[in-house]
Amino acid sequence: MENLIALLVAAPLLGAAVLLCGGRRLDRVGHWLGTLLAAASFVVGAVLFADMLGRGAEERTLSQHLFSWIPVEGFQADVAFQLDQLSMTFVLLITGVGTLIHIYSIGYMEHDERRRRFFGYLNLFLAAMLILVLADNYLLLYVGWEGVGLASYLLIGFWQHKPSAATAAKKAFLVNRVGDMGLSIAIMLMFTTFGTFAFGPVLEATGETSEGKLTAIGLMLLLAACGKSAQVPLQSWLGDAMEGPTPVSALIHAATMVTAGVYLIVRSGAIFNGAPDAQLVVTVVGAVTLLFGAIVGCAKDDIKKALAGSTMSQIGYMILAAGLGPIGYVFAIMHLVTHGFFKAGLFLGAGSVMHGMNDEVDMRKYGGLRKYMPVTFVTFGLGYLAIIGFPGLSGFFSKDKIIEAAFAKGGAEGWILGSVALLGAAITAFYMTRVMIMTFFGEERWRHRATASPDQPSAEPAAETHGEHDEPHPHESPRSMTIPMIVLAFGSVFAGGFFSIGDRFMHWLEPVTRHDHGHSPLSAATVTGATMVVLIIGVALAYVQYGRRPVPVTAPRGSLLTRAARRDLLQDDFNHVVLVRGGEHLTRSLVYVDHTLVDGVVNGTAASVGGLSGRLRKMQNGYARSYAVSMFGGVAVLIAATLLMRAV
Amino acid sequence: MSASAVHSLWTMASAAAPGDAIDKIDTPTIEYAQLSPTLIVIGAAVLGILIEAFVPRKTRYYAQVFVAVVALTAAFAAVVGLAANGYGTTKAHIAAMGAIAVDGPALFLQGTILLAGLVAIFTFAERRLDPVAHGNRVDSFAAQAGSVPGSEGEQAATKAGFTTTEVFPLALFAVGGMLVFPSANDLLTLFIALEVFSLPLYLLCALARRKRLMSQEAAVKYFLLGSFSSAFLLFGIALLYGYAGSVSYGTIAKVIDGSVQEINPALADTMGNDALLLIGAAMIVMGLLFKVGAVPFHMWTPDVYEGAPTPVTGFMAAATKVAAFGALLRLLYVVLPGLRWDWRPVMWGVVILTMLAGAIVAITQTDIKRLLAYSSIAHAGFILAGVIAMTPDGISSVLFYLAAYSFVTIGAFAVVTLVRDAGGEATHLSKWAGLGRRSPLVAAVFAVFLLAFAGIPLTSGFSGKFAVFKAAAEGGAGALVVVGVLSSAIAAFFYIRVIVLMFFSEPKADGPTVAVPSPLTMTAIGVGVAVTLVLGVAPQYFLDLANQAGVFVR
Repeated sequence: MENLIALLVAAPLLGAAVLLCGGRRLDRVGHWLGTLLAAASFVVGAVLFADMLGRGAEERTLSQHLFSWIPVEGFQADVAFQLDQLSMTFVLLITGVGTLIHIYSIGYMEHDERRRRFFGYLNLFLAAMLILVLADNYLLLYVGWEGVGLASYLLIGFWQHKPSAATAAKKAFLVNRVGDMGLSIAIMLMFTTFGTFAFGPVLEATGETSEGKLTAIGLMLLLAACGKSAQVPLQSWLGDAMEGPTPVSALIHAATMVTAGVYLIVRSGAIFNGAPDAQLVVTVVGAVTLLFGAIVGCAKDDIKKALAGSTMSQIGYMILAAGLGPIGYVFAIMHLVTHGFFKAGLFLGAGSVMHGMNDEVDMRKYGGLRKYMPVTFVTFGLGYLAIIGFPGLSGFFSKDKIIEAAFAKGGAEGWILGSVALLGAAITAFYMTRVMIMTFFGEERWRHRATASPDQPSAEPAAETHGEHDEPHPHESPRSMTIPMIVLAFGSVFAGGFFSIGDRFMHWLEPVTRHDHGHSPLSAATVTGATMVVLIIGVALAYVQYGRRPVPVTAPRGSLLTRAARRDLLQDDFNHVVLVRGGEHLTRSLVYVDHTLVDGVVNGTAASVGGLSGRLRKMQNGYARSYAVSMFGGVAVLIAATLLMRAV
Repeated sequence: MSASAVHSLWTMASAAAPGDAIDKIDTPTIEYAQLSPTLIVIGAAVLGILIEAFVPRKTRYYAQVFVAVVALTAAFAAVVGLAANGYGTTKAHIAAMGAIAVDGPALFLQGTILLAGLVAIFTFAERRLDPVAHGNRVDSFAAQAGSVPGSEGEQAATKAGFTTTEVFPLALFAVGGMLVFPSANDLLTLFIALEVFSLPLYLLCALARRKRLMSQEAAVKYFLLGSFSSAFLLFGIALLYGYAGSVSYGTIAKVIDGSVQEINPALADTMGNDALLLIGAAMIVMGLLFKVGAVPFHMWTPDVYEGAPTPVTGFMAAATKVAAFGALLRLLYVVLPGLRWDWRPVMWGVVILTMLAGAIVAITQTDIKRLLAYSSIAHAGFILAGVIAMTPDGISSVLFYLAAYSFVTIGAFAVVTLVRDAGGEATHLSKWAGLGRRSPLVAAVFAVFLLAFAGIPLTSGFSGKFAVFKAAAEGGAGALVVVGVLSSAIAAFFYIRVIVLMFFSEPKADGPTVAVPSPLTMTAIGVGVAVTLVLGVAPQYFLDLANQAGVFVR
């Protein structure tokens, strides 16, 4: 059975190789091939899953050693896979959602002449992501980590003819480098501390390691997680990453890749368990990001960017849960999976809306679309209900557990974290209701667009291609797009309940994460009640602001906070002032030092050596007699020195 | 002594019956097969003299080249054969009644000298570079050595198509002496070998076709200073004999470390006198340092390298250095190891001075041949750093460095012969400006050699330098390595400066032309490039070879 593990990775990797090297003759079948291989990987995953269920809870881990990668004395790096319950969860999520999104992309990318290449990149992503979650050591994990970074870069910049997409890809890549640096430093620290970086030995040895070292490793791992999962302070790339095609946003920037940070922290649980300080920093990062993302999500008019803010916020929840330690690991992963369903569904819904609206992304130019795209409306609506935590749907179970676990952390920390999580739930309800209302309810603002404000310049490229006064004709998307949305909607509705009833998911993951219940100062019912109350407040506020009043087509100026939130809470301004300007000043001063000090020393040395050379050269005067004298002097010195040595 | 006298000596010796009062004189045994490389070369040189006497002028050149090439090839084959039969390792021993050592270092260096000599002979034989004079193709050597420069006699000799084909037997004699030099196992053999290879070199230096006055001046300087140093060497030999009562390496070494304490009654006053030992050793070492061009005995190098015909310069710079370093190695490792606490600190000083002075003075040179001369001084310093490591690695790294360095040197000087203007070779650096634009191939080849001199990775210079510095550092001379690396950095400056000059300067309007050589010079340059790259990219086989060969027989 364990020999099948490599097949999981091999199928999409083969697809990527064939599609990217195959050339134009594969243009007509490329998308089918890519989808088929993704599906094959899913089937292999399902077979392995069925096999795993057939074994006892403690015997479920499979491992496969492929080859020795870097066999050096004292440094062994293997290409080896390890499939345990945690990896299995990810494999099913990645290949399952991945296959659905492949199917969706067949319709979504139909008119793109580079569709084959797109599917090649998607397959590449699947392969890299599977390596990431299947690796049995940190070095191979790093390979997958960089692989998904590459795929993400290629896909964000897929429409590279748009300067904004090219810039966004570059930004994502650069910001991720900072995080990747953290991972590589963490791996080096592990190697010096433990002498290995295989999961098993490293995680077993944490008990005998000093807390300081574990904290250092943990913080570096957190830095890596921040980069990949768009957590404060490395969050700035995710909003811009929405320049990529929508299926990419759904798969990579919502359901799978951005959750790699959560995987990393949960996988390294033993390290964090031994480093409470690092854990505290993790929870703080999670809490700050969940508010940050939620606030940004409230102010965005671009539907995808609003959803991106939401993604950031939801991952904040997961990171927060992962930082809670054994109380929270299970819920972090559970929320990750349910979020994978409903956020992918929401993005696919957004893509479907854009598909019907000439690629318009501004929600202020939507409205009343429920009549025109009923399937999208229903699936998007179910995703919406799931994410805000409507009782009985997926998000309700997973988010509620995280809030509960935050309170269970105990002490002042528990209260603060729990309150932040509750507040986040309220804001989530607010901004998601806002998205829902602005898109599917209210006036059909797109109708009046041409007549109501004819002078208004339109910045969207879509409007340019379709002509300034061409009114969109909203319509339902083709079958290949709606079916994945329907499937994901099922997941959004039922996954949470399925996982939570009888604590199925907890028992499933327990052998890996070692669950701990903690002692909540509040009863579960109280927390659920409080969540319901803030949910209702959030929805009501949004309804009052957007449902009762007409939504202006041009965004009002808004309050200071709104304006800041529209600019992603000034993250780019902050980066510009601190990093770009600071970097410029640093380089300028370094150049100054280089010109004056370094060059001065170098040129001075060169000049003095040259001068010495000129003087020594004069000794070579061409007279054999002086040469003979120098030889005589030389031999005299030689003899004298030899005798002196003996005397000494 | 007449022939009959010799005869009577022999009969007397054999007539002396066992048990007589007169000690029996053993019949000298000569292992001809083991000495065959030297014998072949010397024999070919004698044959060359006969060719000069008996073969018509028209065909002499071809006969001489043929004999020289065949002899050097055959001698190299003999060396390889000896090495293959284990004379470099298991069967290493001292041959010819204690005069010659046949061991790994000797065979390795002999092989190197023979190959370098062969490649140098190719450049000697080159006849396509100079314009045809009076219907005759001419080489780098004067038409008639005896004619006064610029005289009518010289013109007449040129017109008559005279050539100095004696250079080939002279070169063979030099090679013969060089073969003996590193394998000499007693001080007298050492001295005779020194003279055997030095005298032909003095002559060769004087034979340039162009700039003959400079050439003759160089030869006279070389001869005067060379004799001066030979005198020191000889005096040193006398003092060492006075100290040890023997000229044999093994015996001297034993006397120094005290395992032999027999007193020769005739030398009772001097034997065991440490002053004689120290002064004698210093003088012998000085004689060898002169040959390798170490500071402060280096002054002849730039003048002679500049004045000598360029093929001869290449030959001297490569083969002489190999032979002299071989002799120095054997002297320091076999004869004087017991004295190393005395000479090592002194040699430290010599090494540092040599490396720094060579590199620093080269910076301000404007003539390419003088530049290469100073570069060879700096390299002598680097090699010396390996020599004084006093470890087995020291020996093998020096062997490797010498092999690598000699081919680069011959190749580089061969390239110098190609760049010409109306006055012959254009050696002033300013004329080399923009050469890379006009003759990219020649400039690129020269750049490869310069990079090898500078010790840039993927060239033989790097492997060699790495080996000697490693040996020096492991031998406890870390500070020396630091100075060595600093000098390398200084040296890199002027090598790279030539590359910059060739490739990034505007060519001059009246710049030199690059002559198209015959396959002979092309072979010399090609071998240089090939060895440079092979020893740079895949040095391990040759490092292993040098390692195997790195044990002296005692």
